[in-house]
Amino acid sequence: MNYTSSNLSLAIFLIFVGLVVGISFYLGAKAKSAKGFFAAGGGVPWWVNGLAFAGDYLSAASFLGICGMIAFAGYDGFLYSIGYLAGWIVALFVIAEPMKRLGRFTFADALDNKFNSRGIKLSAAISTLVVSIFYLIPQMVGAGALIKPLLGWDHWMGVSAVGSVVIVIVATAGMVSTTWVQFIKGGLLVALCTLMTVMILNRGFDTTPGDEKTHRFQVLPVEQVLKADGITVLLEDGAWKDKPFVRVTTSDGTLQVWRKAGLDAAGVELLSETQTVAKSADGVVFKNGKPASKDNDLHPIGTVSKLPDGKEETGALGPFEFFRVFQESEIVLWKNTVIDGTTVYYQVPTKGADLLTAGGTPTLSGLRTGDWTTRIDFLSLMLALFLGTASLPHILIRYYTVKDQASARKSTIMGIAAIGFFYVLTLYLGLGAMTSGGLDPTNSNMAAPLLARSFNELLFAVISAVAFTTVLGTVSGLIMAASGAVAHDLVTNVFKMDLGEERQVKVAKLAAVVVGIIAILLGIAFEQMNVNFLVGWAFNIAASANLPSLVMLLFWKRTTKQGITVAIITGMVVSLGWILLSAQAYKDVYGLDPATAIVPFSQPAIITVPLGFLVLVVVSLMTRKPTAAPE
Amino acid sequence: MHDHENVREDERPEIIAHNTRLGLMLFAVYCVMYGGFMGLSTFAPEVMKSRPFGGVNLAILYGFGLIVGAMLLAVVYLFLAKQADSADTKAG
Repeated sequence: MNYTSSNLSLAIFLIFVGLVVGISFYLGAKAKSAKGFFAAGGGVPWWVNGLAFAGDYLSAASFLGICGMIAFAGYDGFLYSIGYLAGWIVALFVIAEPMKRLGRFTFADALDNKFNSRGIKLSAAISTLVVSIFYLIPQMVGAGALIKPLLGWDHWMGVSAVGSVVIVIVATAGMVSTTWVQFIKGGLLVALCTLMTVMILNRGFDTTPGDEKTHRFQVLPVEQVLKADGITVLLEDGAWKDKPFVRVTTSDGTLQVWRKAGLDAAGVELLSETQTVAKSADGVVFKNGKPASKDNDLHPIGTVSKLPDGKEETGALGPFEFFRVFQESEIVLWKNTVIDGTTVYYQVPTKGADLLTAGGTPTLSGLRTGDWTTRIDFLSLMLALFLGTASLPHILIRYYTVKDQASARKSTIMGIAAIGFFYVLTLYLGLGAMTSGGLDPTNSNMAAPLLARSFNELLFAVISAVAFTTVLGTVSGLIMAASGAVAHDLVTNVFKMDLGEERQVKVAKLAAVVVGIIAILLGIAFEQMNVNFLVGWAFNIAASANLPSLVMLLFWKRTTKQGITVAIITGMVVSLGWILLSAQAYKDVYGLDPATAIVPFSQPAIITVPLGFLVLVVVSLMTRKPTAAPE
Repeated sequence: MHDHENVREDERPEIIAHNTRLGLMLFAVYCVMYGGFMGLSTFAPEVMKSRPFGGVNLAILYGFGLIVGAMLLAVVYLFLAKQADSADTKAG
């Protein structure tokens, strides 16, 4: 799909970048000490910290990934919204206050509070680095996906630009600038998504969205397609044999692919229009049968094909009426398949009601048929989302930027309010995008900005720029967490290098640059994956590696330092190994047949979180000193 | 600057114990709600299609309920949790 970058987009984008970089340099003087750099001096007001929690947490996965998933498959994307928010309950009720009470700058500080163990510091620092880098990948992929339409740059250039800006933010003022960037981003994101939701409800549904230039996809009787002037029907041979498609060439030699769409009410056989992308032997890309160019790209998709009572448009709808009408409507989804090197995007008319329960995506479709592997995958995913939030290092370090436990509590509640409200909006945004007529069939991550574009170019430019700061805010937090793990945990506490505050901050800044470069490289390598799915994996690793130790340290007095160390390493290694050997990784990362994957399902938390608890208990019992007095 | 110098804030053990108990109680309430959602979605997906209120299906109502419920429980916690600078009971 063609995106035309405009001067307006560029101007708004540059204003946003200039603003955040300017803030970073302005605040740089406040981050010269270790406490200033790692914890913003520990004096951030709770309400600023609360909104910064939202800015930290509402990542590219939440905004771009969830909206995209809902726009392309319905309710399954909303499951992530529910799980991501539910995770904050664990953070608030179980983790927040002890973290603040026990720690200082990093997650390792809190875990190691009772023991002063190098093993704990080392394992917690490695876990922080692994989780942060895994979480960084989807943010960078999201950044590349955004920059492409906004500025017309290639994916790698977008990823590099984001990485560079974030390195500047973190390296100039550490947690101080990170906090304010996240505060601004959190506020803007929630406000603009509220505005878009109001606009969606005000617009309602329309069976012919767009304007007179919008391409209308056709479903026609077979005779009308095949007997038209100049049409030559191609043989269904080779890879096309027994497929539900008919290939024809037009008088000017253009190849068209139609899909067999069953019978209409009168028993007439129908064909539905598809879109195709193919590459010739000499490397020329063809879209819809013609060489790809600025004037020939795939058409935007996403429409309601039938509304209740035969209406063509509904006008403004109330918040619940929106769902009621959607349930009674028919929506045209688009699926794709690859045949003999040609990717065919085809229409699938779907009942609205079927898009508003779990099981719309291929990975969860087995829920509707009672497939046990899918059931376990689903339960495991929901468990990982629930338990992962409170184990994410970049979230945990935010508890050190406020002055006391009461502020930690209040800022968490402020964060829950902002984040919860945003997640309610995601269902409206996703379904609004699904029916906006403006989606790119090749890129689910662009659904939210393209929804904005279906209203007007100004909103598109602003939303794209906000989405960009969304990535900046979260990536800053992640690089901050990784930088603290290297400079504070590894260099100072594990390797016992007495750097002094100034040099420790310098090492942290250097670490931020290195992690930033790693993030850029990984963001380029993982371009094709849905950002939300990748974040799901990061939650699995965080929950498996960190949560058992955090919880047992707080609630089981027999926990030993060896138990914590071994549990972190076991949870991290097993969950990471499981993910890398899963069907999803086989398919999306290695390009192998998913049926040959070694592990039975893709989301490991249901196995690896209990394993972490078990290992901690067993090792703690084995290593407990018999004379140790109860605390 | 060494790791064992970690800051321990001046909070009385009874306040910590009260807030921990309260947190775990509210956490248990939410676990039941969340577990119910996971159970129904996994083992009784057809129930999620039913439309118990306002013509909207249970999947959406339950999902919104979990989000709004988390917000409400958080507010309950805010009002019932004790803090160090308050007298003896509530703060927030």
